[in-house]
Amino acid sequence: MAKTFPIGGVHPSDNKQWSKSSAIETMELPDVVNIPLSQHIGTPATAIVKKGDKVVVGQKIAEATGFMSANIHAPISGTVTAVDLQPNGQGIRQMMITIKREDDVWDEAIDRSETLVTECNLEPKAIVEKIKDAGIVGMGGATFPTHVKLSIPEGKRAEILIINGVECEPYLTSDYRTMLERGEQLIVGTRILMRAIGVTNAVIGVEANKPDAVKHLQAIVGAATDIKVQMLKTQYPQGGEKQLIAAVTGRQVPAPPALPIDVGAVVCNASTAVAVYEAVQKNKPLIERVVTVTGAAVPSPKNLLTRFGTPVEALIAKCGGLAEGDVKVINGGPMMGRALSNIAMPVMKGCSGITIMVGSATVRGVESACIKCAKCVEACPMGLEPYLLSKQARKRAWDAMEANDITSCIECGCCQFTCPANIPLLDYVRLGKQTVMGIIRARNMKK
Amino acid sequence: MANKFFVSPAPHVHGDLSTTRLMGDVVIALLPALMVSVRVFGWNVLAITAVSIACCVLFEFLVQKYLVKGPATVGNLSAVVTGLLLAMNLPANIPLWIVVIGAVVAICIAKMPFGGLGKNIFNPALAARVFLLIAYPVQMTSFPKPTLEGFADAYSGATPLGAAKAGLVDFASFDIAGMFTGAMGGSFGEISALALLLGFVYLLMRRVISWHIPVAVIGTIIAFSAIYGATEGGALVWQMPLFHILSGGALLGAIFMATDYVTSPMTTKGMVIYGIGIGVITMCIRLWGAYPEGMSFAILIMNSTVPLINKYVKPKRFGAVK
Repeated sequence: MAKTFPIGGVHPSDNKQWSKSSAIETMELPDVVNIPLSQHIGTPATAIVKKGDKVVVGQKIAEATGFMSANIHAPISGTVTAVDLQPNGQGIRQMMITIKREDDVWDEAIDRSETLVTECNLEPKAIVEKIKDAGIVGMGGATFPTHVKLSIPEGKRAEILIINGVECEPYLTSDYRTMLERGEQLIVGTRILMRAIGVTNAVIGVEANKPDAVKHLQAIVGAATDIKVQMLKTQYPQGGEKQLIAAVTGRQVPAPPALPIDVGAVVCNASTAVAVYEAVQKNKPLIERVVTVTGAAVPSPKNLLTRFGTPVEALIAKCGGLAEGDVKVINGGPMMGRALSNIAMPVMKGCSGITIMVGSATVRGVESACIKCAKCVEACPMGLEPYLLSKQARKRAWDAMEANDITSCIECGCCQFTCPANIPLLDYVRLGKQTVMGIIRARNMKK
Repeated sequence: MANKFFVSPAPHVHGDLSTTRLMGDVVIALLPALMVSVRVFGWNVLAITAVSIACCVLFEFLVQKYLVKGPATVGNLSAVVTGLLLAMNLPANIPLWIVVIGAVVAICIAKMPFGGLGKNIFNPALAARVFLLIAYPVQMTSFPKPTLEGFADAYSGATPLGAAKAGLVDFASFDIAGMFTGAMGGSFGEISALALLLGFVYLLMRRVISWHIPVAVIGTIIAFSAIYGATEGGALVWQMPLFHILSGGALLGAIFMATDYVTSPMTTKGMVIYGIGIGVITMCIRLWGAYPEGMSFAILIMNSTVPLINKYVKPKRFGAVK
């Protein structure tokens, strides 16, 4: 039996058929880009360019603010026209750098040739430094700065590198296409990451609904024994970091504040591994990514290699535009993505796809009474009790929620997906989790 | 703008489960047992079932509309399930006016005053059945003979458990095949083990219920009666368990009554504890109590422990330190 994670999980229709056979296409260069200073978890970067500055592709335009932050580079060449507040996908104004494009002039240090460079003799420290310089963050959606992940804390030891090629989120196919079309670079990137954290074996986890990706990567690895391509049973949320570690190694990461490294594991997304290859071997910072644009009503779904800052609406137009009427445009997939009210939002580092729902799929079902069927408890991959947590959140019973391990929630949405009464369980659980985390932070600060 | 942009927090998709679908599946799973009853006891069974369901649905509609003043809830089919289960817990010759009173107790006393579906502490159909058993003991315990041709009328008028209580059962020669297929006295829903097991398989396949509660209940009854049988000696070690799972409401209770979502625990560990409790109490009543059958009482008693079980029995957390 194929491996999977130990508890819970659901089986949403994967709907990858819309875009899975579209080869990666390069999106036209935008004339103007807005580059948010916060595209990652942690402190926003600090702008180091000002209005009127000329920039080239790959030039650093914002610098990491402290350790838990990431550099940002110019995705196009041209003139900086503004560094100010612009609306994000939810219409909230955030600091962004606006660049008006002039041609496509690249930083000369970047190797733009297609030649595969497999050799890497850099010291681990130097690799991590290059990854940090390139502004690489987790591209699966969590946008955790990769150099932080690779800096193993004192006293901890990494034993295994896991490359996350699961892409359990329905609809999305950007990692899938990347594995198929950039497999060689992915494998080199994996070996560089192994070198960076000092491990001798890596596992690439891919779900059983992508057998061709498994076969392709296996063929590239060939007889080498350092990297194993592991097929996993298709089950959401297998791509969750803790679920993937458990599926591959059988080890369960304890409740927060424990981290994957506490069980000896470091997990990187498949597209991140390719970005690492480009950064370390080609001196290319993170300036573009593959974005899936998909949905049942999208005329021609595509996987588009897109420079950051390109407005989402340009991608949608490239795929045939929006149908008239009610729509829901989701940044990401339908299980964990965020619905957009502003489709002028720029594509960012964590944007793996744009999923478009139309008609009745845009609205939620009508909530009815909880029948205590326990389906949410059965579905929760963290072994929590969503029905209880949501009830406690409604009553603002924060202490009780903390005692019931609310901070372990990974917000995967399995509970709400499965609830026969259409109760917005995760809305309440999320609210409670944020409140409880705030309370815990305040308490720790007092100490 | 031609488009209206909808926003909401994730998830943006929903599975195919709904309360109505789950309840509908329970109704479908009960149909084989109902069909056997019609064949064994005649059309009267359908009249009782129809009255019971109609009354439960009507009473829920009225209470919801005029007393609770909330949106109509009868569409979720839970009143249909209550009505069907109530009917199947009655003798096939019960006067229809008693059925109406049963529906009043189930809906207007056991279910709606607590806040309707999801809020009641006790299984409404069972609360009604026990009320009727105490209020109308004569009508509730005079069972018609199974009339199907070709079946031996082994326990004319009495149930196997009633006969056992009176010391009339020869455990070496009771009619196992008859009890399995429906040729025994009793409430009309409980007579055919085969039909009930068919329903169980359907519920498992549709993932309406998990195996934990039924297996815990039946497993406990088997273990308990096997140990008791062993102390009595001889072949009773296997005859007693077989007799006790096939007789009375053991299977109907374990599969359809004890698994009622609202009144059973939320975790698998809790479900097993609850199931074992039901099995033990049932056997204690059957062997040493005043009543021949203890399933209804056992389930109702364990219903009352569910909030406590939910409070103390937690699922195994991911990453819990061993």
